[in-house]
Amino acid sequence: MLSRTAASLYWLGRYVERADFVARLVEATLRLDVLSTRPAGEDAWRSALAVTETEPAFTAAGGELTREEVARFLLADAGHRGSILRCVGMARDNARAVRTALSREAWQAINGAWLLFDQRVARLDPGTTLALVDSVKAETRGFEGAVHRMLRNQTTLFIRLGQAVERTDNTARLLDVKYHLLLPAGESVGGTVDRDQWTTILQTVSAVTAYRWLYSDGLAPANVIDLLLSRGELPRSVAAATEETVTALTGLARSSGTQGEADRMARTRQARIARTRTGDVIAAGLHQHLQAVIAENAHLHVAIGRQFKFA
Amino acid sequence: MRLSIEHRTSYRFTAPQARIVQLLRMTPRNSHDQTVAEWHIAVDCDARLREHRDGFGNRTTMLYAEGPLDGIEIAVSGEVVTSTSRGVLHGTFEPLPPALYLRATPTTVADAAIEDFARAAVGDAAPIGALHALNRALHERFAVAVERPDPSLAAADAFARATATPRDLAQLFVAAARALAVPARYVTGYCDLQDGRSATPHGWAEAWVDDLGWVGFDPTLGESPEEHHVRVAVALDATGSSPVAGSRLGEGRECLEVEVQVSAQE
Amino acid sequence: MGIAAFDEIMGAADRDGARPELADLCRWLDETPSDELRRRQRSAEVTFRQLGITFAVYGESEASERIIPFDIVPRVFLADEWARLSEGLVQRVEAINAFLVDIYGERRILKEGVLPADLILGNPQFRPEIAGIRPPHDVWAHICGIDLVRTGPDQFYVLEDNARTPSGVSYMLENREAMVRLCPELFAKFRVAAVDSYPDMLLETMKSVAPRGSGQHPNCVLLTPGHYNSAYYEHSFLADSMGIELVEAADLVVDDDLVYMRTIAGRVKVDVIYRRVDDDFLDPLVFRPESLLGVPGLIAAYAAGNVAIINAPGNGIADDKAIYSYMPEIVRFYSGGEAKLPIVETWRCREPAALRYVLDHLDELVVKLVDGSGGYGMLVGPTASTAEIERFRAALVAEPHRYIAQPTLALSTVPTLVEQGVAPRHVDFRPFVLSGARGVQVVPGGLTRVALREGSLVVNSSQGGGTKDSFVLMPGAPAMSQTMGTQASVGMTQTLGGMSQTLGGA
Repeated sequence: MLSRTAASLYWLGRYVERADFVARLVEATLRLDVLSTRPAGEDAWRSALAVTETEPAFTAAGGELTREEVARFLLADAGHRGSILRCVGMARDNARAVRTALSREAWQAINGAWLLFDQRVARLDPGTTLALVDSVKAETRGFEGAVHRMLRNQTTLFIRLGQAVERTDNTARLLDVKYHLLLPAGESVGGTVDRDQWTTILQTVSAVTAYRWLYSDGLAPANVIDLLLSRGELPRSVAAATEETVTALTGLARSSGTQGEADRMARTRQARIARTRTGDVIAAGLHQHLQAVIAENAHLHVAIGRQFKFA
Repeated sequence: MRLSIEHRTSYRFTAPQARIVQLLRMTPRNSHDQTVAEWHIAVDCDARLREHRDGFGNRTTMLYAEGPLDGIEIAVSGEVVTSTSRGVLHGTFEPLPPALYLRATPTTVADAAIEDFARAAVGDAAPIGALHALNRALHERFAVAVERPDPSLAAADAFARATATPRDLAQLFVAAARALAVPARYVTGYCDLQDGRSATPHGWAEAWVDDLGWVGFDPTLGESPEEHHVRVAVALDATGSSPVAGSRLGEGRECLEVEVQVSAQE
Repeated sequence: MGIAAFDEIMGAADRDGARPELADLCRWLDETPSDELRRRQRSAEVTFRQLGITFAVYGESEASERIIPFDIVPRVFLADEWARLSEGLVQRVEAINAFLVDIYGERRILKEGVLPADLILGNPQFRPEIAGIRPPHDVWAHICGIDLVRTGPDQFYVLEDNARTPSGVSYMLENREAMVRLCPELFAKFRVAAVDSYPDMLLETMKSVAPRGSGQHPNCVLLTPGHYNSAYYEHSFLADSMGIELVEAADLVVDDDLVYMRTIAGRVKVDVIYRRVDDDFLDPLVFRPESLLGVPGLIAAYAAGNVAIINAPGNGIADDKAIYSYMPEIVRFYSGGEAKLPIVETWRCREPAALRYVLDHLDELVVKLVDGSGGYGMLVGPTASTAEIERFRAALVAEPHRYIAQPTLALSTVPTLVEQGVAPRHVDFRPFVLSGARGVQVVPGGLTRVALREGSLVVNSSQGGGTKDSFVLMPGAPAMSQTMGTQASVGMTQTLGGMSQTLGGA
């Protein structure tokens, strides 16, 4: 496989995953803001910006911290690199560059997501926002399905690798920001629970039902943290994303005959996650732990580029 | 006459380069008027060299080098035995018909000023006399500049200046001759009449005269080249016959240094 | 002006009723309601958009990628018409190839005075840089698209040769795909030659011209300028259908006069390159020193005989406008016989007798600059004002060598679905001809372009042109009994493509 093709597939995976994540984040925030009995208002939207690390960019663009403006910024702002519009555009650019490697179905899902933004998104009331978010999710789900129906070859492995690396980052960020936001000064973990906020986290990673299946004792922050960090059953957990990373790299090693730095880093992390107990992490400082995960993931990203000669 | 030539071309890069590919036009050919006694191209890094011949009949060398490279130096040395022929070439390999050399290139377009100058210079002299007259007129009009030539300077812009490098003079000759419907081409090579060392190889021109064939004209000297000139490459213009066409894969800027030394052996 | 045009289905303008061989098609048109035709046409266009068969419109945002309008009414060539046409195409492409071998080699055609030497040597499309290089197997024009127009049942004229990187073949394939899906009943009525083997034929052609020593399985790639290029869909579609890598210049490296592509497992040698980039952007060391694009060293690898480039660099001299009027002489020179496919009659004003004729008939002729393009410096005699004609008269007298003149042709029409229903519109045609080490073959189909505006002769997609499927009928009787095909609904019920099935009976 051409190195450029591999790089495009990997980035395609990353951008699709990012678009999907932002869509879920907006959806969950909107629910929290509009549908819950106590409207969460500014705080909810500020935290959505914080998760995507875009608060400075939003402020610089002169936006007001309102539902409409933040939603538009995260969804459809052409000038904002992290908006779904841009992510989908970048995903489509990468998909176009590797058009021959994708199945028609996979391409059509990406193109379909892009066409959603074809007509300029003018005003975003909650209804249209939710509809748009739903459509984006439907297309990314369609893409994921199409990828699963494609040949299990290097093409799909690079896409999955990109998705897994992106997912690790997104989940770690989500947990880090929300956890901080939710923990009022002086409170210890396990204290007052803002039910709605914790539900928002679970919604963002599609884990409301999964949580109920796995934990019988009601909504407890430590359980949510455990679920998102170390439960392999949840596809969007750091543990599951890491496992997926290792699987994709192993598959690539098998088909290309080469192993390297990226394989070693991913396996080391997988082994560490298996050893780590969530209680210890919380006790030692969740924030530090998550920051380490994010930094390590960034190193892994660089190692992948080196190993497969992306440059 | 036996001419000894040293020609060193050195590139330094501000950032290491992953790869370098260069096309070198640095090897003279034998003809009735020049015999290459010895010739060598040396490169200061691991490189693969492949010999070719281009469409104009020049001998070329492809150079491939893998990085990381901070620079590359190409050192050419050799000895050529020349004989006098009053500028008329004999026994050169000519794969293309003379009429091809009537076409202008972006740097050799003759504007009205050049065309008027050419017509005034030649008057109604016979073809060979006309070309000698053009050569002398160019020589007299410009003071010779010694700085390194600007590789993008077009003939029309060079004509507006007071001084001209040998390259610009030769391109002006080529442009003017073509404006008179005479096939003409640019020659890159060496000449020992320049002061000992110079910062660039020499350039002059050749024009096609029906009963004689290709005849050399060196407007820097105002004369036809004699045994003091060693021809290396011809093309439609200076860029086409330049010693190095290169490409590199990497960031940063490059700094080029060239040193040429031509000396006559007793 | 009303030119009485030959309609390819309905026949000559002064006759009643369709051409007998195509009566079935005519009936199909009569019996299928316009609304139904329109619905199918829209369905095809929706598919094209979903597939991304678009071309970029320069200067607009990326969201304004356009599709080329597709017309649901096919154009049909009868088997014997096609056989004659093919012979002419093969002869012409063989001559183009022989011309390129000669002009970059011995130049016999100049030495024997068949062509004026300055026409070639002074032409920027003649590339001295690659003179003397012999491509593997001496094939230069591997893929030719020959643009034709028609004025009567057997009157075909070559309008233009495309011997560089002719495009449009993906429309030939996708239009057929759409027709089979949306109008299957037509394929029951007519035995239409298949075009879907084109990618196989192309790959076979590529492999056949691989340099000797590439082994049993030469590595072929398709070189694209990148996914921002307006024809990128076609590049990716072709690479995909042939199962070869789609590469950009940055994916290729030349080392030691061999071409490699950069892969995740290291370098892999490349033997055959189907390039869809212009000569100027092939190798910056040779063609455009200021360009950062291209593959440095590619021409050296090519000159060393280590890689085949399809089409060969330098081909532009064979399809240049200035050469066009000499094509009959070129064909005669290399084939020894008269050209089976004529060119549009052309007066070269550089010749005094021709100039006299042109000056006497300016009000009937189209006068063109040989080095002009896109309608600049063109006089259309029949519609020009007296002042314009006089201006051209003066220009012609001053610089006759820069002009050619041609008669205005009554281009054939084909029924086309327009707003008011089905109406005749002018068409042209681009068949594709492949030349490999084992000979020349014509693909039984091609790209029909149609001028959608009434009376317009401009078929360019940038100016309101569309495309049609082009049926080439196979020799022998129609496939099915005629009665079966006459009822549109019978054909429709057999359709498997989702929407046609449910809506077809309505």
